Amino acid sequence: MSLITSSSPHASVKNNTGAFMRQVIYATLPGLAVLTWQFGWGTVINVLWAVVVALVSEALFLKARGRSIGFYLKDYSAVVTAVLLGLALPPTAPWWLTLVGVSFAIIVAKQLYGGLGMNPFNPAMVGYVLLLISFPVAMTQWISPGDAPSLQQSLQLFAGQLPVDGLSGATPLDTFRTWAGDEAALASHPILHGELAGQGWEWVNLAFLLGGLYLISRKIITWHIPAGFLAGLAAPALVAWLIDPVRFADPLFHMLSGGAMLGAFFIATDPVSAATSRNGRLVYALLIGVLIWVIRSFGGYPDAVAFSVLLLNLSAPFIDYYTQPRTYGHNKPNRGTGS
Amino acid sequence: MIRTLFRSRSPKVFDFHGGIHPPEMKHLSNSTPIAPGPLPAQLVLPLNMHIGAPAKPLVAPGDRVLKGQMIAEPGGAVSAAIHAPTSGTISAIGPRPIQHPSGMDAICLVLDTDGKDEWVTHSGVTDYTELSPGELVDTIRHAGIAGMGGAGFPTSIKVNLGDHQRVEELIINAVECEPYITADDRLMREHADEIITGIHILQYLLNPRRTLIGIEDNKPEAISAIKRACKGCDIEVRVVPTKYPSGGEKQIIQLLTGKEVQSGQLPAHVGVVCQNVGTAHAIKRAVVDGQPLISRVTTLTGDGVARPGNYEVLLGTPVRDLLSHGGVNPDALERLVMGGPMMGFTLHNPAVPVVKTTNCIIAATPEELPEPPEEQPCIRCGSCAEVCPANLLPQQLYWHAKNDDLEKAQHHNLMDCIECGACAYVCPSHIPLVQYYRYAKGAVRQQAADQLKADKARERFEARQARIDAEKAEKEARRQARLEANRKKKTDTAAAPAVDTAALKQASLEASKAYKAAVKAAKEAEANEAENSAELKAEAERLKAVADKAKAAVRDAKNAAPAAAPAEDRVATLKKQVGDASSAYKNAVKAAKEAEANGDDNAAELRASADTLKAEADKLKAELREAKANAPAAPAAAPQVDPVAELKQKVGEASSAYKAAVKAAKEAEANGDDNAAELRASADTLKAEADTLKAELREAKANAPAATPAPATPPPADPLVELKAKVGEASAAYKAAVKAAKEAEENRAENAAALRAEADKLKADADHWKAELREAKASAPATPKAAPATTDQPRIPEATAPQSLAAVDPEEAAKRQKRLKGLKTAYNMAHKQYKEAHAALERAERKEDVTADELNDMQRRVDKLKNKADIARDALDALVEEAKADIRAHTGKDLKTLKLEAARAESALADKAIELQRLRDSSSEESLEALNSELKALEAEAQIARKALKQAVEEQGLVE
Repeated sequence: MSLITSSSPHASVKNNTGAFMRQVIYATLPGLAVLTWQFGWGTVINVLWAVVVALVSEALFLKARGRSIGFYLKDYSAVVTAVLLGLALPPTAPWWLTLVGVSFAIIVAKQLYGGLGMNPFNPAMVGYVLLLISFPVAMTQWISPGDAPSLQQSLQLFAGQLPVDGLSGATPLDTFRTWAGDEAALASHPILHGELAGQGWEWVNLAFLLGGLYLISRKIITWHIPAGFLAGLAAPALVAWLIDPVRFADPLFHMLSGGAMLGAFFIATDPVSAATSRNGRLVYALLIGVLIWVIRSFGGYPDAVAFSVLLLNLSAPFIDYYTQPRTYGHNKPNRGTGS
Repeated sequence: MIRTLFRSRSPKVFDFHGGIHPPEMKHLSNSTPIAPGPLPAQLVLPLNMHIGAPAKPLVAPGDRVLKGQMIAEPGGAVSAAIHAPTSGTISAIGPRPIQHPSGMDAICLVLDTDGKDEWVTHSGVTDYTELSPGELVDTIRHAGIAGMGGAGFPTSIKVNLGDHQRVEELIINAVECEPYITADDRLMREHADEIITGIHILQYLLNPRRTLIGIEDNKPEAISAIKRACKGCDIEVRVVPTKYPSGGEKQIIQLLTGKEVQSGQLPAHVGVVCQNVGTAHAIKRAVVDGQPLISRVTTLTGDGVARPGNYEVLLGTPVRDLLSHGGVNPDALERLVMGGPMMGFTLHNPAVPVVKTTNCIIAATPEELPEPPEEQPCIRCGSCAEVCPANLLPQQLYWHAKNDDLEKAQHHNLMDCIECGACAYVCPSHIPLVQYYRYAKGAVRQQAADQLKADKARERFEARQARIDAEKAEKEARRQARLEANRKKKTDTAAAPAVDTAALKQASLEASKAYKAAVKAAKEAEANEAENSAELKAEAERLKAVADKAKAAVRDAKNAAPAAAPAEDRVATLKKQVGDASSAYKNAVKAAKEAEANGDDNAAELRASADTLKAEADKLKAELREAKANAPAAPAAAPQVDPVAELKQKVGEASSAYKAAVKAAKEAEANGDDNAAELRASADTLKAEADTLKAELREAKANAPAATPAPATPPPADPLVELKAKVGEASAAYKAAVKAAKEAEENRAENAAALRAEADKLKADADHWKAELREAKASAPATPKAAPATTDQPRIPEATAPQSLAAVDPEEAAKRQKRLKGLKTAYNMAHKQYKEAHAALERAERKEDVTADELNDMQRRVDKLKNKADIARDALDALVEEAKADIRAHTGKDLKTLKLEAARAESALADKAIELQRLRDSSSEESLEALNSELKALEAEAQIARKALKQAVEEQGLVE
């Protein structure tokens, strides 16, 4: 009779990090579906290609680092990074754009920091920002909503054999930014006047909201980050919009445009790079939301999820030190690092 | 359905943060009544089934004991008794495997059962209110009751609160929140009335404002049984929702009262006492039925058990016996857990006994409790923080614990972790978080202990250093005082001009050094708040006095020379010249300073002229010194001079010198001169000198006429004794003479001078005898050599040396010991003096202003001291040799042999012990027994050898 001796507890949930990550991937499917409906097959191609690049990069670097490839690939974290970056890229992206972004995200932003759990920044957003700064034109060519190219056209775009100009159009955020302050011009752009917010993008964002709510219901994420994120974005937007509705977009437009919902439920919630305590997460997400509104309203870029998330990733450890919960038996929570 | 029903009916129940809902698995064992456990052939009862000091065995192997008989009593205030769970014979008291996280053994009482199950006479009380609370507490203590929920804290301590401690709530913990366990559930269903009686006893003892029973809503039958049983009494049943770890002490307090126990405090601090429901049951049995704690209800469960259920198991029953009783298939067994799956321990060995805290044994199959999967990286998902009942951030704690960043881990309240395992249970990466926290907590405790140790060591070291310094200073001061006394004697009696000024200077220097060291030590001690700082200060004061004295002595010596040679005109002239020159110089300096202060033009000129004067004065001083050095030849006649007159003159001189010095100092002080302090010091010195001289003069005057009896003729006896007597007499005579002289002086008697002279003579006489005595002592050892051989007193049979050759005369030994000690001291002193004199000589040789005569004198002194030291050493050696010879004579062995024998016996003993340790696991009982007895024999042998050696050494006074 050989008995296992181990330290308590002797039972644990039949769960693992891989299952956790797979849930995140499932939750992106509604968003992916709507993106494909609105903008064609480009995003699906992006996502699939990104997954291939991510797995290959991850495997190569795990081998180089002398880690077990099978064990670490099974945690699906590379796939999640690839899916999120694939979703964020424009559907017109040629193959090399994805290759550069995803491989940089996996190799530099994740593996070089020590792999899963050790990266201070959201890898997908690092890859996205690299591309946005290096290839600003390619990164801002979105297709006009409802004007989806055929599968063949998407494949040609992916191969880089079809000029994008004929298909691309400005996004609602871009349009608003260009014509902000000009009431007549704003009224004349149908893209700004969908059922709820910007055309096409309202559905994309609602789909991601749906996926996000699924994650909360499965306890994969808590409500703190999405709620803080959206509140941080909506609150200043509401105030500004009430003051000057011509110059500033309304809160609903902000929440249902660009990467808002993807960011709120899938990007900012990356637990590795986010703040970790409940209060910390609220503060962290709130600041991301505010920063997005500030950059969207006053900055040089039409959207700002990636920049805001990265900036707050940088602040997360600090936020954590000052948002510790009150431990049982203590009158007040600890602050700072204690040293 | 039932749950919601109970919850809605229950009064307010609070909530705590976090918690988990693992599969309950209670159905496995809660459907059958409590069955009797096995009666194994052997019971193993660890002396520490509880928290606190181990119990003290009251029985020895071979004793027959009856069921319920106390076989070990509480070993301290926080301890619990142990009783025989059945009748039988104690077969051993020794290490046996117990439930220990590290798989260690512990001392156990082993009871071979006889199957008769024969009770010791016992009786309870029908009405416990007849007993005083104190008596009840005693009953509980002697019934060996310890908390049966898991921790095993002796119950008598928890129910014996001080008068100042008011109990608001008595909480009966019947939550049983761990999966699998149903022992309390079945106990409540079947023995609700007994439990309620136990609770009443607790109420009687603690007098709480409210009594609450907390039961999880997954035990509806138990809830209704308890509710039925406590109908009409003031016990409130509170149903709490099923959630792990509701049964944790802090958690149930929060659930039922909303109170939080402050970090690092006990529930009693918030007026709460928690008792397990099983403990209440045990209290009832002990008080009402008179039955001590000898059995408990233990759940035997798990998929590996054929007949899972609850068993009334005798304490000490090996788990192996319980498993076979429950029909466990050993092949299907993967993990054996004592306690619940969340906080229990895995057992490495099924021979481990059931103890007072064993509420559950889980025999799990591989499917049931599989080996944990490989640890994945932490993704900080925060699931752990969501379930932590202490509201910690386990993900941060993990990070800091892993990085050994204990400071940050503590800042994140690591020490408030209750190790419930909820975090590790939910961790998707299967990180054994609790293990990390246990490690970090251990490291923190270790660090704290190390820190404490280091602090203590530093304090001890500093205190020791201060003590050593003080001792050194004191020794030095005593030495200086002696030197000074010797010197004074010389100047007094022989007016020996060749005063060892250099040596005295050195001594003075050393004395002030010692003083400074003492001051430093005292200051340090004060800074460190050492206890002895006051002492040290006093010591420093004393040393200051000594140093001052030494300084005075130096001054004295300097002045003594000229005084001793008053006839020397040249010296006197020179002295005068020096004085003139000095005062001229001083005046010049003063003038220069004034000029400087006024910014006069001629300041520089004045300064230059002062310098010239100083050079002149220095030259004269050097001449004077030379003259003084040459003087020694002259004052041979000095002793003939009437000592009193001479002294008077000296006193006069000293007094006027002192007065002049004081005046100079005052002037200097008034002018704010730099050298004021110096002058003041020199004045002080002079005063001391003058005082000394005055005292001497008084003595001399008083002394003179004493027609003291001449030293009695020494009776022809033992030379040492004789000499001692002589010394005593001489000293007494001298003292008497001194007294007489003093009186005479006070009365201004004319014969004072004569008396003084007589006293001096007597003193010389006494010194002479003293010297002789010293010498005699040094050479004495040679004489009593024969003594031991001749002493033939009754022989005392000795265990150490059965052949017992010659008896030891204790008186003789004591004497020798004393002598040895004295000689050792004498030698040490002589040697030290020699060393010091030698050093002084060497120093003097290096200096240029020391005359050849001085050097010669010092050389003579060194030689003399060396001689003295040699003699002492020889005597000492002879005595030691003699003692060794005696040892030989008494024991038939010489010292070396005895030492060898003792060492050999020790090493044989050590070897045997190692062998025994090595063989303990592999060998049979018999060979172990044999080895054990061998070991004991060797131990006895070693003991004898040690004793023999010690005795021999002590008897002969050879302590070292």
